[in-house]
Amino acid sequence: MFVQLKLLLWFRRESEMGKIIGLNGDEAVAYAVKQTNVDVIAAYPITPQTIIVERLSEYVHNGELEAAFVPVESEHSALSATVGAALTGARVFTATASQGLALMYEILWIASSLRLPIVMALGNRAFSAPINIHCSHDDAMAARDAGWIEFFSENVQEAYDLTLIAFKSAESCLLPAIVNLDAFILTHSLEGVEVLDDNDVKRFLPDKRPIYPYPIDVEKPTTYGPLALYDYYIEMKRQQAEAVKEAYGKIVNIMREYSEVSGRKYSPVKAYFMDDAEVAIVVLGSAAGTIRTVVRDLRSKGEKVGVLSLTLYRPFPEKELMNAVKNVKVLAVMDRAYSYGAPGAPLFSDIAATLYNVEEKPMLFNVVYGLGGRDLTADHVKFVFNIAKEYLRKGIVEKKEIWIGVRK
Amino acid sequence: MIEVRWHGRGGQGVVTSSELLARAALLEGKYVQHFPEFGPERRGAPVRAFTRISNEPIEIHTGIYTPDIVVVIDPTLLTRIDMILEGIKKGGTIVINAKRVPDKLASAAKDLDLNLYYVDAYTIAINIFKRPFYNTPMLGACVKATGLVKLDSVIKVTESKFKAEIAEKNIIAIKKAYEEVKRYE
Repeated sequence: MFVQLKLLLWFRRESEMGKIIGLNGDEAVAYAVKQTNVDVIAAYPITPQTIIVERLSEYVHNGELEAAFVPVESEHSALSATVGAALTGARVFTATASQGLALMYEILWIASSLRLPIVMALGNRAFSAPINIHCSHDDAMAARDAGWIEFFSENVQEAYDLTLIAFKSAESCLLPAIVNLDAFILTHSLEGVEVLDDNDVKRFLPDKRPIYPYPIDVEKPTTYGPLALYDYYIEMKRQQAEAVKEAYGKIVNIMREYSEVSGRKYSPVKAYFMDDAEVAIVVLGSAAGTIRTVVRDLRSKGEKVGVLSLTLYRPFPEKELMNAVKNVKVLAVMDRAYSYGAPGAPLFSDIAATLYNVEEKPMLFNVVYGLGGRDLTADHVKFVFNIAKEYLRKGIVEKKEIWIGVRK
Repeated sequence: MIEVRWHGRGGQGVVTSSELLARAALLEGKYVQHFPEFGPERRGAPVRAFTRISNEPIEIHTGIYTPDIVVVIDPTLLTRIDMILEGIKKGGTIVINAKRVPDKLASAAKDLDLNLYYVDAYTIAINIFKRPFYNTPMLGACVKATGLVKLDSVIKVTESKFKAEIAEKNIIAIKKAYEEVKRYE
């Protein structure tokens, strides 16, 4: 009896811990997608997302995954095919990057406006010209107004976890969802990933179909997305706006539920040493861990620095952010994208808009970094903190926008 | 945390060596990162790959600028001393593919208080593969020189990486270089 109990406990612990395997970011996404038992994959390969598409086509080809794999001729078709498939009530997935996202652009809005729970992985890559295959958040930012949920992963483990969270979020909120992972830094880096047991994935994300509540029915033909002019269009948009706002609370709950399943804590905002930080950085993606290592270093020298990173970017975690920066005096907003001619790069504009009506708020400045894969080093991060401390000392932000890591 | 930089030429399997080292460390319960350097992919051009191994979770996602260990897979790169030594930590380790250690590299390594190891991976590769596949023997040499992971772990991950026949040859090459690598005094 005792031996049996011990064995049982041992098995339980094994399954709780999951197994750790070496995967790069693309493989981690593909592995998670396989575990969701997806029905339809339509994707066009583009660097740095190619491995996702390759792995999924292999899974389908060798029988590990029973799904329809649609090898389309362009990204416009990839997203169009997933729109059609999602309308039947299927679980669907696509992946792209950079120029591919640009080619999908009109369908992005159609997918969200039809409230289709499509999941897309985005291997964040700079827009051309000049051609560049490395990381910028241009593509993520191009999608930010299109009504999709957007997650940012900061390591390979998160790329895996957030893919599962994205499916549940998309299907619970009836909104499409993007999982961002930085080109090469994550897509092509191998790290240890603790994967869930297939049965745990099934419990978290049940195999129910149809997912879309109004699926195409050949017996009862329906038109989707027909004409609405000044008679009804604005009401529909208002409903969509509400849906995205309401998604926030649902996603928080889904993240909490996933934390229980996986033992890894997820929430929209990650705050590190923020309680008494005088100066802080806010950032998206793989830079977060690098900045945390610098924060640890500076904290050991007694400096009051902190870092915030956003795991959920759309809907934007306004309240958490306001709360997290309430004691901060100077906040550096780091953007790996640019908005030409705008008063700030995308994340800066979001944060400025979030804080404008708050009485006690930090001074803000915008740091543009890492475009086209330029490495963000620990020294760069220290440089940013030094500027923030200088502004704190002087009581004024002297330059609202600085670029770092740029050759003179 | 230990950081390793691998030098070779496009097509020599530099990336595979780095990956196998990372997988071996992962097998031993360590935290790892392995990433190739992506530029224009041309056969024969100098390429680099990077490995991080740690007992703590690895949060940093930057390039590696101050490696603890440098492995040079290709013997024709041994004249590029600045490239090999770039940023290496004082007291670090270099493992090279050479019949004998070039004088210039030996004296430069001495100045930096480096541990220098060498193995004739060319002859090992030609004997076993009949072709200049230096990458797995250099992995064997690196493992012996640095003690980063157990030889057994490298063999296990090599077995799962390749098909049986290819794995077998690579394991022979790894073991041979593991035995033959020498410290330069």
